Amino acid sequence: MLDSKIPEGPLAEKWSKHKDNIRLVNPANKRHIDIIVVGTGLAGASAAASLAEMGYNVKSLCFQDSPRRAHSIAAQGGINASKNYQNDGDSVYRLFYDTVKGGDYRSREANVHRLAEVSGSIIDQCVAQGVPFAREYGGLLDNRSFGGVQVSRTFYAKGQTGQQLLLGAYSALSRQISKGKVEMLNRHEMMDVVKIDGKARGIIARNLITGEIERHSAHAVVLCTGGYGNAFYLSTNAMGSNASAVWRAHKKGSFFANPCFTQIHPTCIPVSGHYQSKLTLMSESLRNDGRIWVPKSKSDVEAIRNGSKKAIDLKEDERDYYLERRYPAFGNLVPRDVASRAAKERCDAGYGVNKTGQAVYLDFASAFERYGKTEVLTQGIENPTHEQIINLGREVVKSKYGNLFDMYKQITDDNPYETPMMIYPAVHYTMGGLWVDYNLMTTVPGLFAAGEANFSDHGANRLGASALMQGLADGYFVLPYTIGDYLADDIRTGKIPTNSPEFDEAEKQVKDEISALINNNGDTPVDDFHRRLGLIMWNKCGMARNEKHLKEAIVEIQELRKEFYAKVRVSGSADDFNPELEKATRLADFLELGEAMCLDALTRSESCGGHFRDESQTEDGEALRDDENFTFVSAWEYTGAPSEAKLHKEPLVYDNIELKQRSYK
Amino acid sequence: MNITLKVWRQKGPNSLGAMETHKMTEVSGDMSFLEMMDVLNDRLVREGKEPFAFDHDCREGICGTCSMFINGEAHGPGRNVTTCQLHMRSFKDGETIHVEPWRSAAFPVIKDLTVDRSSFDRIIQAGGYVSVNTSGDTQDANSIPIPKHDADEAFDSATCIGCGACVATCKNSSAMLFVSAKVSQLSLLPQGKTESSERVLRMVDQMDIEGFGNCTNTGACEVECPKGISLTNIARMNREFLSSTLTSK
Repeated sequence: MLDSKIPEGPLAEKWSKHKDNIRLVNPANKRHIDIIVVGTGLAGASAAASLAEMGYNVKSLCFQDSPRRAHSIAAQGGINASKNYQNDGDSVYRLFYDTVKGGDYRSREANVHRLAEVSGSIIDQCVAQGVPFAREYGGLLDNRSFGGVQVSRTFYAKGQTGQQLLLGAYSALSRQISKGKVEMLNRHEMMDVVKIDGKARGIIARNLITGEIERHSAHAVVLCTGGYGNAFYLSTNAMGSNASAVWRAHKKGSFFANPCFTQIHPTCIPVSGHYQSKLTLMSESLRNDGRIWVPKSKSDVEAIRNGSKKAIDLKEDERDYYLERRYPAFGNLVPRDVASRAAKERCDAGYGVNKTGQAVYLDFASAFERYGKTEVLTQGIENPTHEQIINLGREVVKSKYGNLFDMYKQITDDNPYETPMMIYPAVHYTMGGLWVDYNLMTTVPGLFAAGEANFSDHGANRLGASALMQGLADGYFVLPYTIGDYLADDIRTGKIPTNSPEFDEAEKQVKDEISALINNNGDTPVDDFHRRLGLIMWNKCGMARNEKHLKEAIVEIQELRKEFYAKVRVSGSADDFNPELEKATRLADFLELGEAMCLDALTRSESCGGHFRDESQTEDGEALRDDENFTFVSAWEYTGAPSEAKLHKEPLVYDNIELKQRSYK
Repeated sequence: MNITLKVWRQKGPNSLGAMETHKMTEVSGDMSFLEMMDVLNDRLVREGKEPFAFDHDCREGICGTCSMFINGEAHGPGRNVTTCQLHMRSFKDGETIHVEPWRSAAFPVIKDLTVDRSSFDRIIQAGGYVSVNTSGDTQDANSIPIPKHDADEAFDSATCIGCGACVATCKNSSAMLFVSAKVSQLSLLPQGKTESSERVLRMVDQMDIEGFGNCTNTGACEVECPKGISLTNIARMNREFLSSTLTSK
């Protein structure tokens, strides 16, 4: 049933052979083919721009007021590519290997290899677009290192790499809008997929300003709508980030793969109060220079919590640099899942350093000193004082991460140049998503998914700086080729009419749903339910999961969903700009998706990557995979309710990599 | 803290608007300004009233969506911060805070504090790009060395988040800081240099069509810009514009 369509042949030749053999649509015919791209993040903007350049008619939608605002913009640290500019032994194979290993052997070999193959072109492309990457004094591109790897392959633009890459893709998109090849619909939300004869042939969208329900037809629909981390309410996602497009596609027949694979990022600013609306990430790149620690003794923890001691009062031998202690080979640069669990372990053991007991230190003192000493030498300063060295070091750190330090100070009112940052893990990224084949097509013909919205490249844990790589790889270099293979059958189809019974039916369903929410005579705001869903997810389907909690969570979410429909109050009207209504329809989907995540987590009784089952761990508390029983992708088919979803298994075959217990020691 | 809020209420683009007063109690200094607005909206919904519509998304100061004019300043009293990164500790107990939308003919109000900034998109569409297709078969990224200083300067211009604070702040509703930041970024880099004279003419044309005013060198935009985009950009754009006008065919 599940055909991943992975091409035959040796791994390194699969993609080029596939490209040579897939069908093409000639330029004259492309003009008669319409494609809808939902979402304008890295994957969506790059896909829409590339498809339009090729000659297709593209309609692009985003719920934001401009395509430039998609949440890819908030990505900080960088983008990976196996350029080997640093001459540290990097290669396509090594990037491929690191990504499969980092994903704890739960991703597809062929997809990941393709990702590594095109990674270099992304950097070339972005530079050609005018993306101002960081450079060395010689004028060549600079790199830094990220977690889970032993080379420096990450390209960056200060702590704003996502912004610069997205603005590059946005500029390519803008160029096609100006040529009339892309029709851009800002402030539009996709409400449903329309299927005709089993194929995706359009969507129902809501104009968020007028409230009008619109019909849009196309020969193919591409979902680039990002991840579903906001199921946890508090996450590093944007407030508007939502799963409605993918969830509704799922309900229309697209299988959902590995929904329980969520990434908890180790370095975020801790929660400060009940009114908290989101969590802010402090880029992983900080772990290049920051050292993570908690006090060795509980009395020091107590003293820090009650304010009688400060972090800087503790001497070197009173600190437990627990990542360096547990993982000497990778130290502070272990992958995210490992770093997050280690922080949780220390905090659960009572060593958390803030009032809530849920924070650890990220300390830059030794980086200040190290960089300061180099600066002293390069500037030729004789007999420098310690203070001079530290100040020079601070300047270097500022040039690398200045905006992150400013952001930290703004939020916490603490100066991270003087005192260590306090950080704690938070929900960040979702590796799961719509199941797609090698051509990025879901199980609904004509419905594609790219970027974070699909599942294929990161397995059970994504490595840092790989999300930007995947989004742009899918959008610039993969989807534009593979979609042609499907569209080659559509050159004689002609325009898809929007007056068919299928459009009528889909539109009616959306209108009924909206009217039910607006006219519900409840008394409780939407956010109230969202917060409660978030707590269930975080406590029972978060960094550590077990059978008992997951079973409880499923029941609790079902009850919460009932209560939501009975008691929610959505103020305002359906025919107007109404942010409360937007939140309500999105939450309705999260309330179902949350249950699907718990069900998937319950079914996968092994630990792997970001999915940690208490029941499956090694003696020293590391994630213990069960390759014999779980080397597969869980692809769920919707059959009427989240709890009744049917599990399909796509076996994962490793011809080129030997499955090993992941070790970063 | 206790705070008195006076917030702009406007049903739609063609309706008349007015300030509405709300008392806020138990405001924590660690709340962001938008979280304080969330608390107000939560209360309004519970009371059966309509919450205030305001734009926001990433809440970490980078997407450029949030846009409030607070006590007469774009993004409020802080420097180099957006409204979502402004925290209530910047205000005093008992203070009265006025909250208004961006005001400019080129940014019509959609509802309450939400405005339409699509004019910015159209300016970028007029030329704010390098005309290169996304084939990936461009030359190697390192084939043209770019002096670090130029790359850094281009980056500084490129950090504009397109929020519109410059326009809202300017007495002429000029978009020169926004436009010049993009013009500068691309003309500082060899990849963008080729089309720089066409670009500046087309972007400035579009800026005029959209109804933005001209620059009279007050410099308020630079002060209020949450990303610290420098006035130097405007000077560079004026230079580019002049030479392009003189040499254009």
